Amino acid sequence: MNFEEIKKQAMSNWEAMQNSGKARILIGTGTCGIAAGAEDILETLREELGKNSIEADIIQVGCIGLCYAEPLVEIVKPGMPGVFYGNLTPELMAEIVRDYLTADNPRPDLALGTRGEGTINGIPRLFDLPVLKPQVRIALRNCGNIDPTDIHHYIANGGYEGLSEVLRMKPQEVIDEVKKSGLRGRGGAGFPTGLKWQFCHDSPGTQKYIVCNADEGDPGAFMDRAVLEGDPHAVLEGMLIGAYAIGASEGYIYIRAEYPLAIQRLRTALEQMEKCGLLGDNIMGSSFSFHIKIKEGAGAFVCGEETALMASIEGNRGMPRSRPPFPAQSGLWGKPTNINNVETWADVSAILQKGSGWYASYGTEKSKGTKTFSLVGKVMRTGLIEVPMGIPMREIIYGIGGGIPDGKNFKAVQTGGPSGGCLSASFLDSPVDYESLASAGSIVGSGGMVVMDEDSCMVDVARYFLTFTQLESCGKCIQCRWGTKQMLDILEDIVSGRGRDGDIELLLELSEAVKNGSLCALGGTAPNPVLTTIRYFRDEYEAHISEKRCPALVCKALVSYYIDSEKCQGCGICARACPAEAIKGGKRMVHVIEQDKCTKCGTCLDVCPAKFSAVVKISGEPVVAPTEPVPVDSKA
Amino acid sequence: MSIAEVTQNTHTVVQEDEETVTTRVDEILASYTGVKAELIPILQQVQQAFGYLPEEAMSRIAQFVEVPECTVFGVATFYAQFKLVPTGRNIIKVCRGTGCYVKGAPRILEETEKILGIKDGETTPDLEYTLETVACFGSCALAPVMVVNDKVYGSMTTDKVKKILDRKGRH
Repeated sequence: MNFEEIKKQAMSNWEAMQNSGKARILIGTGTCGIAAGAEDILETLREELGKNSIEADIIQVGCIGLCYAEPLVEIVKPGMPGVFYGNLTPELMAEIVRDYLTADNPRPDLALGTRGEGTINGIPRLFDLPVLKPQVRIALRNCGNIDPTDIHHYIANGGYEGLSEVLRMKPQEVIDEVKKSGLRGRGGAGFPTGLKWQFCHDSPGTQKYIVCNADEGDPGAFMDRAVLEGDPHAVLEGMLIGAYAIGASEGYIYIRAEYPLAIQRLRTALEQMEKCGLLGDNIMGSSFSFHIKIKEGAGAFVCGEETALMASIEGNRGMPRSRPPFPAQSGLWGKPTNINNVETWADVSAILQKGSGWYASYGTEKSKGTKTFSLVGKVMRTGLIEVPMGIPMREIIYGIGGGIPDGKNFKAVQTGGPSGGCLSASFLDSPVDYESLASAGSIVGSGGMVVMDEDSCMVDVARYFLTFTQLESCGKCIQCRWGTKQMLDILEDIVSGRGRDGDIELLLELSEAVKNGSLCALGGTAPNPVLTTIRYFRDEYEAHISEKRCPALVCKALVSYYIDSEKCQGCGICARACPAEAIKGGKRMVHVIEQDKCTKCGTCLDVCPAKFSAVVKISGEPVVAPTEPVPVDSKA
Repeated sequence: MSIAEVTQNTHTVVQEDEETVTTRVDEILASYTGVKAELIPILQQVQQAFGYLPEEAMSRIAQFVEVPECTVFGVATFYAQFKLVPTGRNIIKVCRGTGCYVKGAPRILEETEKILGIKDGETTPDLEYTLETVACFGSCALAPVMVVNDKVYGSMTTDKVKKILDRKGRH
């Protein structure tokens, strides 16, 4: 079967599904949907449909990105727009089936929004909501819309059209198109993709390799997982296009083992491609042949670095090596190799389908197109987003994210994972693109975006990241191996109240050494979280060092708990809950925390009834409470 | 209890005899060709079969892919996934990713350690539970996250830890 026939069949299947006269129910069953309870919802849905004898198509889709609203279901009744329902419980699901599917009440009180043609009274259009309005979905174009396990869904939505076009072009024309799009590597470094391809294309040799870097290791980032789970073919088509342009006949997907569902989806996708003649020898009847193998990572952050990744594919310890030679000259088994990240590949397939001009119309002069981010941490609407480059940070956090929960104040946003930095409120009105994040001391990185509120201690956050990089340093370069350890020791001292004058300067000096003395980006960027927190939150470091005070009340060694004798009603809940038996009291007695026994676990603060709120947490000031229990009534 | 004690305990309980290990490893090796690039996939499959990498298995693998045993050991110790000692029947993983960290992962870990009576990286003497931390599960929007065997639990609280572990028949 040639591609035209496959496409025809895919289109007719897709249309038959749209016009089946049955309702379609799309349910997000990505990893995060499942974790939020999508499987229970699915079970209820099947039961309720059966009980009410309703015929409907259930389609399991990937993540649409509204993770805060998971589990999420979209119901499309014939002739009606799709209606999204979020934060479902089995009970609510059953109600919706009864009200909307057996009757005609779309339950505007439970609906998030609609999409598609038509409107429903009382329900806003989903893409008009603040969370989606600023978004432009290119890499995520099909996530949440199609069944990722059915290649026909992808093809019916324009999939593999780019490839079919590409096979009629000369490889150099394909590279030029990618160059014109302005696409830069979405894995973190932002190197121009077309140029990278050109290097590999120009390298002499008949055996060349393509690699998809799906070793998404940044803590706080899950963009690549979502794309692979929700639309694997977008990535695979991108790889085929790249392989054709460069002249590669073999490709690898290096994916972390922590993503079992994504691996499964990829395997299914590869099988279907082979069946459709889109993988293997003579793809689409052309002279182009390409094979893809999946390599599972084994848990090493440094393998996200391209030379380490290649070492790992070859079966070695994943340690980076010096460049040059660059992978484009000498990569896997010494052959020219081109590595791009998951999102880059997904963008490539969109660019070759819709044109470089279309892609370049988004973004800024130097940072073209869109970027996905995983917006997490202390923000109302956590999720996976895709925005045009250059969007102000404020619009992401307050517009899309809906601001900070619980009436707290914004303190920092961390971008770029352990290689990035923490930016303060002064950055909120700056554009999010490669250049401006770099000038602020951070990086775009792969797209992790962690929002922190006043409850986060920035020294502790720096310590957290250093713990990570120190653990993940492969040990090859001494400045990285020992420099990060020394930096971590100093930070441990500071958060434990053992900070000394000059520690900040020492950290700055070590940061320079680690940056300059490391072969790869892991060491080269490891000091960024420390440098940016010192740059924007130096006062917090100083409070820890000189006043032995943690302003955010996070660092255990620097906080104390006591019970306010004015408020305590002697209920005894805290004393019973205290795991260290550090609370003295008695019935109707004002309770007292014995400071030398207290382990500062915070249990008393959690369990003290809200109507009393008698437990107080302080830092840097003396405890003002009686040392022995006194009767509650004697307080006045 | 120290890590050494835990390790010692677990080792005596499930150590497979040499013959069984070799037979099972050979079965696994039958589907490979013996090139170096297969080393990591082989180790992954062997670990899946035994829950860890028995010493005899590693020497067998070294012969098969024609590298010195120290190379296999080097690879096995480089990657966090590989275990050289037996693990518990239930693997509990607490995420220490950034999203989870700012939403209280340290307290989730503490609570889990308290309930199981073991620290991160250890296994209970009865080989029921192994506690691990993982850099990130990529389910950050549901932070803090904990994974019991392969089931992901989101928006964890210390109370939820108690409930989940209780359901597994432990107090």
